[in-house]
This record gives sequence, structure tokens and C-alpha cells, in this order.
Amino acid sequence: MSTRFFKCKLFYLAISFLICIQTAKAQTDMDAIMMGKNRLCVGPMYSYSRWKDYWEGTLKRNNLNLGTVSTQMYGVMGNYGISSKLNVLFGVPYVKTKASAGTLHGMKGIQDLSLFLKWMPLEKDILGGTFSLYGIAGISVPLTDYVADYLPLSIGVQSKTALGRLMVDYQSGSLFVTASGTYVLRDNITIDRTAYYTTQIHLTDEVYMPDGGNLNIRAGFRNERWIAEAVFNRWKTFGGFDITRNNMPFPSNRMNATTIGANFKYVLPIKQEVSLVAGGNTTVAGRNMGQSTTVYGSIFYVFDFTKKTKSANHINPAKTN
Amino acid sequence: MKKIFLLTIAFTAAVAFLFMGCNKDIVGRTDNTPALAPISVDGNAGTWKPILLNDPAEFAIALPIATTSPDYIAQINEIKAYQANLTDNEKAIVKYWSAGAVLRWNEILRELVAKHNLPPNQNNDGTYPFPSAANPLAYPLFPFSNPPYAARAYGYVSAAQYDALVATWYYKKLYNRSAPYKVDPKINLLIPQSDLPSYPSEDAAVAGSAVEMLKLLFPGDQDYIQQKAEEHKRARIISGANVRSDIEAGEALGRLVAQKFVARARGDRAGAAIGNQAGWIKLETDCMARGETPWNSLELPKRPPMLPVFGKVKAFLFDSLTAISLRPGPPPSVNSQQMRDETAEIFNYVQNPTRERTRIVHFWADGAGTYTPPGHWDAIAAEDFITKNFSEVRWARNMALLNMALSDAAIVCWDTKYFYFNPRPTQLNPQIKTLTGIPNFPAYISGHSTFSGAAAAILGHIIKDRASQYDDMAAEASLSRMYGGIHFKSDCIKGLEVGKNVGNYAVQRALTDGGE
Repeated sequence: MSTRFFKCKLFYLAISFLICIQTAKAQTDMDAIMMGKNRLCVGPMYSYSRWKDYWEGTLKRNNLNLGTVSTQMYGVMGNYGISSKLNVLFGVPYVKTKASAGTLHGMKGIQDLSLFLKWMPLEKDILGGTFSLYGIAGISVPLTDYVADYLPLSIGVQSKTALGRLMVDYQSGSLFVTASGTYVLRDNITIDRTAYYTTQIHLTDEVYMPDGGNLNIRAGFRNERWIAEAVFNRWKTFGGFDITRNNMPFPSNRMNATTIGANFKYVLPIKQEVSLVAGGNTTVAGRNMGQSTTVYGSIFYVFDFTKKTKSANHINPAKTN
Repeated sequence: MKKIFLLTIAFTAAVAFLFMGCNKDIVGRTDNTPALAPISVDGNAGTWKPILLNDPAEFAIALPIATTSPDYIAQINEIKAYQANLTDNEKAIVKYWSAGAVLRWNEILRELVAKHNLPPNQNNDGTYPFPSAANPLAYPLFPFSNPPYAARAYGYVSAAQYDALVATWYYKKLYNRSAPYKVDPKINLLIPQSDLPSYPSEDAAVAGSAVEMLKLLFPGDQDYIQQKAEEHKRARIISGANVRSDIEAGEALGRLVAQKFVARARGDRAGAAIGNQAGWIKLETDCMARGETPWNSLELPKRPPMLPVFGKVKAFLFDSLTAISLRPGPPPSVNSQQMRDETAEIFNYVQNPTRERTRIVHFWADGAGTYTPPGHWDAIAAEDFITKNFSEVRWARNMALLNMALSDAAIVCWDTKYFYFNPRPTQLNPQIKTLTGIPNFPAYISGHSTFSGAAAAILGHIIKDRASQYDDMAAEASLSRMYGGIHFKSDCIKGLEVGKNVGNYAVQRALTDGGE
């Protein structure tokens, strides 16, 4: 049970695999790990994502005028335990895009702030293992006025989002499985031009953004020192339109992607406040997105703001509930 | 357990909705345009100078049937039957079309242009297919409505609508048939009253000329176009403004007038504007013979230049010799210090893009998948015209003046581009990465600048108190091409100048067409 309270619960960030939305996502909001009370886990992360082939609607193709599109992200992530059952998470990424061929200029800048509240209302021993239930609410807000309408090289799509997620986890010994379902509300965006064409003309600079949903299943090994897990993720946009033949992508395209990946975490034995995280994923199916492959890594450090007795192990992971 | 689940859901939902407005409906800028209520009906517009018609009575329109005839009374009853039972959809189409026939058909044309403004994808062997007018629904769809194609399309549709309305106004005055709601006071008029005779219907003339013109220009979109035309005509009957015979006469007249424009368009040399392999190579060798570096396509694989012979298309506002005389002198030599300086200037812009400059680049980009720069100027004009309460015929005249200027600007600009065949900044310095797509044709002179100079000149004449704003917009559109890294300063400065010269031919016509 104490395995649920790792020294640092921040797991990994992934640049989304999207052709278009290089949203930095704090995946800790998708894992079944809580920070203990008054503990702050924080650290820098880096990820690199690239794709050459992409889906124009459902047609898979490449584009010699883009070559390989790569996205680098430098981020800071944090997770604070208000209590062992209620955590606050945040992430702020700086994103940089580049096309290896053609003439288009890459873009860079600070993207969206993500904030999550993660709540574990239930934890119960069942059949020799532990079942837990989570409710997660999150928002993301663009921090800068970056350009959204320059896909696939814009650093994000400017949409304010809010999400609700239900997640369940079951752990037996060191083996676990986690599943979550998410609904993402996406607000309309405003672009720099005064008209645009989707499947019809729109004489406005405002763009309707379809909502999205996410299914995430992960399973693997988890103890106090290690985590090794396989992850299946499926993102779907509820609406939107396909990129027309040989056109550029647009923020309100119907973007779907299925990725598989793996994550690893290691807590340093000699310095238990420090953990190292690495992982990667690749896109196995998609629509209006790049077939991207992503790798990432980060280092996290845990600060404990609990008042301690002199002799207490300041990284004592004992449960607080 | 159940309580915990409910609490979880409530908590999740509460935070999520805190930050979201629930209403994501979007209102387009002209969705709620009020019904057209002209300050003047321009009753004498039947005497205005047409563009192609020799005479407003060139096409005969039959004498209208008497308003006491059983046929007419049946037509009145058609209106009454609609009005007895108005559906929401019927109210919506009356509202939509009452904003103005020329406005709405201009918007439809812009939509078709945006839909078709996509360069064809390459073949497997690295060559490119060309759209075929004979097979418009096969990929690549016909047409590829790039800026010259679009400029010409806007020109023809607007010009045909104008001539159709001059003829319409001529017959309105000649036959002087009252509108149905004046003949039968039991008919509700769902749009503003007008003193204009109703036969033939000006709305149907606009729709009829557009449909006929668009058969040539967008032959693969007839289903959509016909559906719009049917809706337009029905809206006029439902609104009580026209009986069916008004509509039929207007539509017939519009079609006949447009057929004259179609015949002209078939012979205006646009069909040969793509050129051929031998011609493309000659452009290169001629340029090298002058000791200059010829333009080459920066697309992969290299795409043949866009409409290299479009400069030979027959203009609306001047003859072919005048078109050539409007061509500016040569750009700075690629080997000159000036060109090195201008290249460095563009490199500096793309190395240091500010958010505001990038906004300007994208605001004016009007690239692939958009209604092109001429369409952008039509949008600007339309939104200003809405505030002026022009009559339909004046709307048509002003749009025709603007779009003939834009179409002719395309001709002079394309003639210049292929006469000099000058490279883009990125060709001279491959480190110049651009903030918008590089168009696939030579740099000198800037198309955006030429279009914008022409548009600002004629719009500044039509709406004099906005003249300096139009000039500012044109200057910004021109600059956007430098900020974006796709044009040199010389391209932009000369483009604006040439555009203004072209626009002044439209101003000259405006001064003498009887409309002011």
C-alpha cells in the first residue's frame, strides 16, 4: 500500500503525438499515484517528438515540403499533496517546432499552463490487492499569445480546456493496472485571419473547437524503487473535419490518435528525494495527425514541508491516512 | 460507495465547468446583416453604361402579364400560401437573402474560391496533374482557384451581374409593374418597402447571371449553386417582394446577359494561361540571357510555375497594349548591392519575427485554402458597402468596378512576374525560412501589393471618407509579404504603385459610367 506514495509521483510528460497539437501533458494526472501531505515534487523535463508520415484525413502520406516535423519541449512540472487524498498538479512547457525540409519557419514559445486537482476518494483492499478510485479535474490555459493557426508548426492551438476524468487502479503485490476515461471540453479559439474554410466558409475569426476524449490503460510493475509500465492511449476528437486533399491542417480538424508506449521510473537509493523518469511512445493509428514517435526524460526532486522531529526520515513515505 | 462515486463525479464536473462558457455558437460577421433598405433606388440605372452589353435592351424581355389576369392572381396566391404557414427555415432564408443579392452571391463565390484554392498533389513520378474543366469532379478538382483564377472569376461574376442589373433597371422603368404587395394589400411584405417596380426581379437577375457564369467557372459545384439559386428565388416569393413571373423574367435576363460574358471568357486567353513545358523553359533561358538568375520553384518536387501566360488574358478596363504599358521597369539585378541589401532586410525580418508582424503576415496571407487576396478585398468592400445602404444595382456596379480592377491587376502583375522571372528571397538566401507559404511564381512584383493598390484606389473613390484607411490597409498587406519573408521591398513598392495605376482605370470608368 505504501507503494502508492512514492517519493516523487511525477511520472512523465508526453508531448502529444498530434500532428498539430504539441500540447505538453502532465501524465501524472493519468496515473494512480498520490503525493503525501505537504510534499512537493517538482522537476524539469524534456521531450522530443517527430513524425514524417501523417494522416491527411484517413489517407496516410508524407510531405516533401515538410520533411520530418519535430517538436522539442522543455517543461517544469510539479505535484503538491494538499493531503494524501488530494493533490494539485501543474505543468508549464516551452515548445519549439521545426520542419526539416521545405521553407516554413518553425515556431517556439511558452505554451499552456496545466492545472489539475487529483482526488482519491476511495482506497480498498479487495481480493488480496488494493483497489482505488480517482476523480481528476483539470484546466489548461494558454500563457502566451502564440500563433494557433499555423499547423503543423504552431506550438499549440490556443484553446482553453477543462477536463474531467474518472480513473480506477488495482494493485496486487508489485503488479498493477490503471484505466481512465477523460472528457475534454475545448473552448473556441480566435485566429489571426478574418475568414476560413472548413467544409464551408466561415466569415469570422472565431473557430469552433470540438471537444475530445481520452482512454488510457496502463499496466506493469510498481514498487518503491521502480516503476515499469506499458501504456495504451487513445485520443479522439468529437467532431471536426478532415484535412482536405493536399491542404494544411487546421486547429478544428478531427484529430484522433492511438499510441502505445512504455515508462520507467527509478528512485535513487542513495538520495531518495530524487527520481529519474524516462519513456516513449509511438503512434499506431491516427487521423489528421502525424505518426509521431516521442521520447522523454526528467528528474524530480521531493521537498517535504511537513514539520519534522529531528530524527525523522525526511522522506519517510509512510502513509499519512 | 455510491455516494463516493457521485461525489467524485460532481467534483470533477464542477471544476471543469467553472472555466468553460457553455455556448460555443459562432456568429459570422454578416449573418445578422439587416435587410437591404437602399437610401436611393437609383431609378435611372437603366441608363448607366454597361460593360459588355451594347444596349440595355439588347436582350428582349416580354411585356409582363396584367396584374388582373388569372395567371397573376395565381402567382399572388402562391405568396399567400407560403405566408399562411411560414416555417422557421423559410423565415431564415428570407432573412439571409434580404441582406442583398449581390452581397450573398459574392459570399458564395468567395466560398467556392476558398474550397478550390488548393494546389494539386504531385503524381507518383514527381510531376503534377492539372485540373480538367471537362472532368471537374476527378482529382485534382477543377478549378484550382489560385489568385489569378479567382481574380478573374470575381471580375466576371461581378461584371455580368452589373450588366444584368443595368438591363433589369431599364426594363423595370419601361414596364413599371408594381410589386405584389402593392397590387394586393393582403400580402405581407417581409422585407423593407421599395418604390422600385418589381418586373423583372433584380434578385433573380443577380442569381441567374451568377449561376450561368459559375457553370463555366465552377462546373463541379452546380448542385450547391443551383440549390442556392432556388433558395434565393423562393425567398423573394415568400417575402412578398416578387411574384413568380418577376423571378422568371429576371432570371432569364440574367442568364442571357451572363452568356455574353461566358462567350467572352471562353475567348479571353485564360484557357492557355498554364502554358507548356517549352514555354516554361524559355522563361528561364530568356532570364539567363539577360544575365539574371531565373526564378525556380521552391516546392518539392518542383512545381511548374503558376499560370505563366495569365498576363496575356484580355483585361476589362484597358486593351492589351495598355496592359503592357502598365508593366513596371525591371527589378534590381540579383547581382546588385541593392538586391543584397533587400535580401538581408528580409532575412532580418524572418530571424526576428514579432507577434504583431506575424499577425499581419497571417491576417493578409490569404494563401492556399482561402478566398485569395481579391476575395479578402471583396470581404472588406462588402462589409463597408453594407453600411452604405446601396441599391442592388449600385452594389453590383461597385463590386464590378472593384473586381474588374482586381482582375486586371492580376493580369498586369502576372505579365510582370513572368516578364522578369525574378527569384524569391529564399532562393537567393536559403536560410530565409518563411512565416507563410511561398507562392509558386516569381517575386517581382508582389501580387498582394498589386491587388491591394488597385483595390484601395477604387474603394477610396467609392467611399471617399475611408480612402486613407484603404491606403493604410494596402500598405500593411504589402508589408506583410516582407515580414513573412516571401517578397523583397522592391516587389512590394512597385506592386502597390502598379496596382494603383490599374485601380485608377476603374476610377476613370466610375467617373463616366453614369453612376455618380
